[in-house]
Amino acid sequence: MEPESPAPQAPGGPPAPALELRGIDKRFGPVHANRAVSLSVARGSIHGLIGENGAGKTTLMNIVHGFHLADSGEIRVNGRRVDIGRPRDSIEAGIGMVHQHFMLVERFTVIENVILGAEGGKLLGKGLAEARAGLERLGRDYGLDVPLDEETGHLPVGMQQRVEILKALHHRADILILDEPTSVLTPSEAGQLFRMLALLRDQGRTVILVTHKLREIMAITDRVTVMRQGAVVHETATRDTSPQALAEQMVGRAVLLRVEKGSARPGPALLEVKDLEVRDRFGVLRVKGASFALRAGEIVGIAGVSGNGQSELLEALAGIRAPSGGSIILGGRDIAGDAVGPRERRRLGIAHVPEDRIRMGIVASFSAEDNSILGYHGRPEFSGRGILKRRAIRASCERKLAAYDIRPPAPRLRITSFSGGNQQKLVMAREIDSNPSVLIVGQPTQGVDIGAIEFIHRRIVELRDAGKAILVVSVELDEIIGLSDRILVMAGGELVGEVPGEGADEGALGLMMAGVRGGARE
Amino acid sequence: MSAPNRLPRWADYGLLPLLNLCAALLISGAVIRLIGESPWAALKLMVAGAFGAQDSLGYTFFYATDFVFTGLAVAVGVHAGLFNIGGEGQAYVGGLGVGLVCLAFGSLSPWIVVPLGIAAACVFGAAWAFVPAWLQARRGSHIVITTIMSNFIASALMTYLLVNVLIKPGQQSPETREFGPGAVLPSVHQVMGSIGIPFAPSPFNLASLLALAACVLVWAFIWRTRWGYALRVFGQNPQAAVYAGISPERTILVAMLISGGLAGCLGVNELMGSEHRILLDFPGGAGFVGIAVALMGRNHPAGILAASLLFGALYQGGSQLAFDMPHVNRDMVVLIQGLVILFCGALENVFRGPLAAVLGGAGGALRR
Repeated sequence: MEPESPAPQAPGGPPAPALELRGIDKRFGPVHANRAVSLSVARGSIHGLIGENGAGKTTLMNIVHGFHLADSGEIRVNGRRVDIGRPRDSIEAGIGMVHQHFMLVERFTVIENVILGAEGGKLLGKGLAEARAGLERLGRDYGLDVPLDEETGHLPVGMQQRVEILKALHHRADILILDEPTSVLTPSEAGQLFRMLALLRDQGRTVILVTHKLREIMAITDRVTVMRQGAVVHETATRDTSPQALAEQMVGRAVLLRVEKGSARPGPALLEVKDLEVRDRFGVLRVKGASFALRAGEIVGIAGVSGNGQSELLEALAGIRAPSGGSIILGGRDIAGDAVGPRERRRLGIAHVPEDRIRMGIVASFSAEDNSILGYHGRPEFSGRGILKRRAIRASCERKLAAYDIRPPAPRLRITSFSGGNQQKLVMAREIDSNPSVLIVGQPTQGVDIGAIEFIHRRIVELRDAGKAILVVSVELDEIIGLSDRILVMAGGELVGEVPGEGADEGALGLMMAGVRGGARE
Repeated sequence: MSAPNRLPRWADYGLLPLLNLCAALLISGAVIRLIGESPWAALKLMVAGAFGAQDSLGYTFFYATDFVFTGLAVAVGVHAGLFNIGGEGQAYVGGLGVGLVCLAFGSLSPWIVVPLGIAAACVFGAAWAFVPAWLQARRGSHIVITTIMSNFIASALMTYLLVNVLIKPGQQSPETREFGPGAVLPSVHQVMGSIGIPFAPSPFNLASLLALAACVLVWAFIWRTRWGYALRVFGQNPQAAVYAGISPERTILVAMLISGGLAGCLGVNELMGSEHRILLDFPGGAGFVGIAVALMGRNHPAGILAASLLFGALYQGGSQLAFDMPHVNRDMVVLIQGLVILFCGALENVFRGPLAAVLGGAGGALRR
C-alpha cells in the first residue's frame, strides 16, 4: 500500500501528471461521445470533471477504466503510456473507480467484497488474513471505519460507498475516480466523504471527481475541467472560477441558477393527507403516519435522503400503492382506498410525474407520441369507442413538443432518442396538459440538463401561480430550497420537520434529514 | 448503456431473416451432400414441390393458413409480454369446439354452421388459454410453464375423448364420424370451379380468408385500439402500465384469451376446411411452428404472413422432397425444418451483431 515510486521526470522539469489523456476519441454509431479529449490530472490533487448529462464524462471515465475502448488517443499514467483494454489493465495501472451504482455483492461480507478481484490464490484464507490487516490499517489512516464482517447489503449506502473506496485502495489504487459519489448521501455524509478525499489527496493520491453539482466542485476540487458535447471546453484552477461561470461553460450560454418566483398566495387545501401509513411489498412500514395538506397556489417540497419513504408516499398519493392506514382526502372524499386507482385519480385531477422516469414514466420502445398519452389514452380526446384517434394524438403531441421546446420536434421518434431533459419535459407536458388540480412530482430534474432544469422549474412555478397545488419530492436539496414555498423533511418514514421555503437553511435541513428532530428553527 | 445491436428496419425485418434462412439451408445442404444427394437438386425439388403446380401451391397455402393462426396467437401474447407456448394445445381444444359444432349441426345450412364453428373454435381455444392466464394474473404462475403443461393436458384430454367418447362406433381408429354436409368450408378448387376457373384439388380452403382477416384485425387491435395500446404498454413496461392505471390482471387475461382464440382457429382450417372430422393430433406441431413464425415475422401480421408462407412452402416442399429423393426420407425433412426453426427462432440473433458491425454507423446506433 506504499505510494508508488516517484514518477519518471525530466531533470528539472515538472513532475509527470498522474493521469494524462491525449486526444481520446470515441464514437457510438452516429454519436460522437468524446471528441479528441485531452486531460491532465496533477499528482496529489483533486480534479473535478463537470458537465451535463450526455456531455461524455462517464464515457471518458469508462474508457480510462477499461469498460470502453477508445477509437483513438492514448492514456498515460505517471508519464508512462498504458494500454487499457479491460478493467484489469486499469486496476494494474493503479486506477480505482467508485461507480455511481455500487458494484458490490450484497450477500457478501465487507471483507469478501474487498478481496473480490484480488483473492490472492486459490484458497481464500491467506488473502482474507492479509486483507484484514491491510484494511484495519487503512481504516485507521483514513478514518474509514467499516465493520469488516457485516453483510454488505445491510449497511447504509454511505457505508457501502466506503466499502467501494476501501476496495479500490486495497487494490492499490493510486488514482481514485468517483462518479457522482454524493447522489446517494446526506449532506453530512457528503461532508465526511469530502474530508476523506482531502486526506487521500494530502497523502499524495490523486482523486478525480465526476459530478454535475457545481457546489461540490467549488467546495473540494483543486482544478476543474468542463465538458460539453463530448469535448473539453474549459479548464481552470477552481479558485479562479465561480459557479455561474462554470454553469455557463457547461451549457454554452448564460443560465439562471436560482428559481425566480414571486411569493406564494396559498388558497384552500386541495388535498389533505392524514396519518398515512404505507408499507412496501415486503410489508415493511415505510411511511409512518404522515399528515400534511397541499394548498392551492403553493409548492410543497419534501426533502430527504433517498429511501426514507418518499417513494412510497408518492406512490400512495398517485394510487399505485395502497396505503395500509390513514386517509387521503380530495374534494371531501377519502380516496386512499384500493378502489381509486391511478386512472381514477387522474380523472379526479391528480397528475403524477414519477420519480423514476425510465422505469415508470415512459415506455422506452414507444414513440414520443405514444408516450405522450400514457395514462390518458382512454380520454375522449385520444380515443373513441376504443379506437385510438391517431391524428388527434399526433396533433396534441406536436403541440406539446412545441410548447415545451422539446427537441427534436418529431412525434414519431422513439422516446429513447431524446435526451433525458427532453424526455422529462415530455412527461411534464403530458401531466401538466391534463389540467390537474394537484401535481405530484418526483425528482423533477434527475438526469436533466441545466437548460431544461430552468425550464421545468419555471413551468412548475407557473402552474402554482395558476392556483394548483404542487408536491415536489427531490433528493437535490438545492432544488427543494429553490422551488418550495414550504418544506417538509422526511426521515425514517416520518415527517420530522417543516420549514418555510424562503430562507431555508441547508445545514438545519441536513440535520433533520439525518434524523435529528426538527422544529429547532422555530 | 449501449444498444449496439440495433439494426435499421430494412435489415431487421428483411436481411436478418434472410440470412438466418440461408444459414439453415446451407447446413441442410451440407447434410444432404453428406448422405450422397445433390443439395442443388434438393433445393430445386423443394421449390418446385412448394410452388411448381397448382395443387402443391394449394398445399403450401393450406399449411401457411395454420401457421398464420398460431403465429398471430404467439404475437399477441408477445406484445403483452407473455410467451404463450400453449398454441398447440389451444389449437387442439379449439378444434374440439369447431368439431362438436360440426357434429351437432352438420345438417343445417353452412351459413349457420360455419360462423358457429368459427365462434366455437375461438371460444374453446380461449377457454383453454384462460386457465394459464388466470394462474399468471392471480397467482403469478409463470405462463411458459403453465402453457407447456396445458399442451400435455390438452393432448391427454383429446386422446381420451377420441378413444372413449367421440369415436365413430364400430371402427378402430380414434376419430369421429364425418361432419354433415353443412359443416364443410368450401375448398378453393371448388369455389374456383364453380365460377369456371379450373384449379387442381388441394385442402386449400376458405379458412385462408379468415386468416387474412385475422391478420388485419390483429394489426388494427394492436396498433389502433386503446386496448392494444394498453397491451403494448404492459408488455414493454409493466411498471409504466401500473402507473398509467392499466390493470395487469385484466391485460393478461385479454391478451391470452385473444391468443388462445386465434390458435383455436387452426381447427377451422384443419377440420372444417379439410379433414371434416376430428382426428388425433391434427395440429401436428403447428402450434410450435407458430413461435418461429412470430419470431421471424417480428410479431407483425405482415411479417407473420410472409413467414407463414415460407414455413408452408417448407412443409409442402419438404414432403415432396421426401417423396422424390430416394435417400431423403421423412426424418431428413424434419431435420431441415428443424434447422430453419433453429436459425430463425432460437439462434435468431446470431448474425445480428456481425450484421450491425458490417452496416457500421447505422447499425451501432447508440442513444445517450
